Amino acid sequence: MSATQQVLIIESGRSERHYWRDLWGFRELLFFLAWRDILVRYKQTTIGIVWALGRPLITMLVFTLVFSKLAKLPSEGVPYPILVFAALLPWQFFSSGFSGAGDSLISNAGVISKVYFSRLVIPASAVIVSFVDFLISGLILVGLMAWYGFAPNLRIFTLPLFIFVAFAAAMGAGLWIAALNVKYRDFRIIVPIVVQLGLYISPVGFSSAIVPEQWRLLYSLNPMVGVIDGFRWAILGGNAQLYWPGFLLSLILVMVMLFTGIAYFRKTEKTFTDII
Amino acid sequence: MASVILVENLSKKYLIGHQRQELYTNLHDVIAQGVSRSLKKLAHPFSKAKDDPAHEEFWALKDVSFDIQQGDRVGIIGRNGAGKSTLLKILSRITEPTSGKVSIRGRVASLLEVGTGFHPELTGRENIYLNGAILGMSKADIKKKFDKIIAFAEVERFLDTPVKRYSSGMYVRLAFAVAAHLEPDIMIIDEVLAVGDAQFQKKCLGKMEEVGADGRTVLFVSHSLPMVSSLCTKAILLDAGQVVKAGAASDVVSFYTKGDSGAEINFQSRKIGDEYAQLLSVSILDPSGVAVTQIIINQEVRVAVTFEVLQDSERELLPRLDFMMDGGRYAFVSFAAAKMQRYKPGKYKAICRVPANFLNQVTYFIGFGLVSYEPTKILHFHEHSACSFDVIDPLIDVPTRTRGMPMNDFPGAVRPVLDWDVEKLG
Repeated sequence: MSATQQVLIIESGRSERHYWRDLWGFRELLFFLAWRDILVRYKQTTIGIVWALGRPLITMLVFTLVFSKLAKLPSEGVPYPILVFAALLPWQFFSSGFSGAGDSLISNAGVISKVYFSRLVIPASAVIVSFVDFLISGLILVGLMAWYGFAPNLRIFTLPLFIFVAFAAAMGAGLWIAALNVKYRDFRIIVPIVVQLGLYISPVGFSSAIVPEQWRLLYSLNPMVGVIDGFRWAILGGNAQLYWPGFLLSLILVMVMLFTGIAYFRKTEKTFTDII
Repeated sequence: MASVILVENLSKKYLIGHQRQELYTNLHDVIAQGVSRSLKKLAHPFSKAKDDPAHEEFWALKDVSFDIQQGDRVGIIGRNGAGKSTLLKILSRITEPTSGKVSIRGRVASLLEVGTGFHPELTGRENIYLNGAILGMSKADIKKKFDKIIAFAEVERFLDTPVKRYSSGMYVRLAFAVAAHLEPDIMIIDEVLAVGDAQFQKKCLGKMEEVGADGRTVLFVSHSLPMVSSLCTKAILLDAGQVVKAGAASDVVSFYTKGDSGAEINFQSRKIGDEYAQLLSVSILDPSGVAVTQIIINQEVRVAVTFEVLQDSERELLPRLDFMMDGGRYAFVSFAAAKMQRYKPGKYKAICRVPANFLNQVTYFIGFGLVSYEPTKILHFHEHSACSFDVIDPLIDVPTRTRGMPMNDFPGAVRPVLDWDVEKLG
């Protein structure tokens, strides 16, 4: 045995000194779990991963029909399907990532109670699964833009920043729900309701420009408002305006959610197996 | 030599709530216990919150200390509920202790279950990668050992078949094969060898001996005493969350079996029961009245229980015996309905006779409870795994045959000899 071998101390309430290094050590598992979930979802389907295109496409068509053709809402001078889709992308990423992460600990309870690894890997892999779906449905957006002959301007290069914010939002909310779900299964019922309502109170089917000016800041308390407006600002180019105070408010809320989510998760993760 | 695992004053407390209890008792019993506790509260309004039915304290481990040297193969034995699994869970970092400290030197791999994380929809190949990653192997590592793993598991032909189509034997072989190639410094194994066919078990044992011979440390939890004494160099006996004996495997195993058969299992020190009645002891008797842990299949089994009735009351007490099998499944339950009556204060001995040629050739765990229904239902106590015994079929000298051809196992909770008629028709 080498003298350099490190000693692992297990004690009550001992905070992990190497928490992030530990997590880094399990990065491969992170991708294996995501890979498993994607693989399993499309096993024994005939068209496989093409299904990832189905849901956003249909939602986009319905929203375009309802909000543009029936409700006749303004489109900020871009084709309405593109307006909708630029918002649908981050929304679906957020909603599936957040609810997937929220459910992830319970659906992996068997593994959690039998093997040790950084617990953070599980919700994170759920968000990565949604991210893969996000990238695939991104192809639809590219297709739509080609169809309408719509070229983005230089702002498109800021898109990764907004993707990161969406990622942080899904992760932050997901960690909270995942940890709470272990103890209070009520959240399994609450989350689908939040997701369903969120689709309508977030500016997905319409532009947030239709919200009266004096309410915009209040409206931005929904952190997805900032994310969605950011996506539109980056993708739609000169036609879209970004309401900066609102965006900053959303950004701050997302970061608060992320950091408190991580803190709460770390505080509770050691008791997961005792109560799951 | 240096200790690779040093355990100091380790304790683990669980708060047992309603949710946890329904694992073992049905809702009726839980409610009954709740009622009994509320009555207790009424009787002793100033007693501590310990009586709160939603949070009962339970020490799965209490003040456990031991150390393990490099290269030791250590068996951890004890009856169900002794704290073995809790100890393994703490050592594997799955749950954290309430107090105490563990220092571990080296890389640990724990196998608390065969095939953790296997997904039935994925193919054998995919599951090897997934399971390997869950157990802490890197992708490069798995790639390197891939051929060895499939050769060990003997599933080359079915690599690209989803494991849901595997036979249970193939499934277990594949799962063990992945784990066997982890090559950690310390390996923690829980009962994994209880599955698979005899030939494969032999292969696994060989692999474990090989692991031990390499200077690695193995911790092995098992119900199978023969396996512990043949495989391990040292053993630790746990009972009620405490170390009863530790030392050379053969010493500890013989201490354990003697402690079992020499006398009955005594509960007096643990005070199981309420203010009406308490459990004193449980023992298994052979036809000559000797306390045993093994019964031959064609012998009558007597379960003898002594309990004490503490106060004169209107309550009619009903004794109940549970016969449970491995994994906590009920084989059957028997109520002493004819003996449900008022009992004057004093000590009683109840004997339940299970006829010969009725039980199967398995291990039974005996639970004993005492309940009364009027005016409200109270479960005075219910000890789930008071003792256990094995039913064996020596295959010879058993005149009443339940079997035609010698075969290993009969499925089912019981294996009764029944009356058959076979007549030629017409």
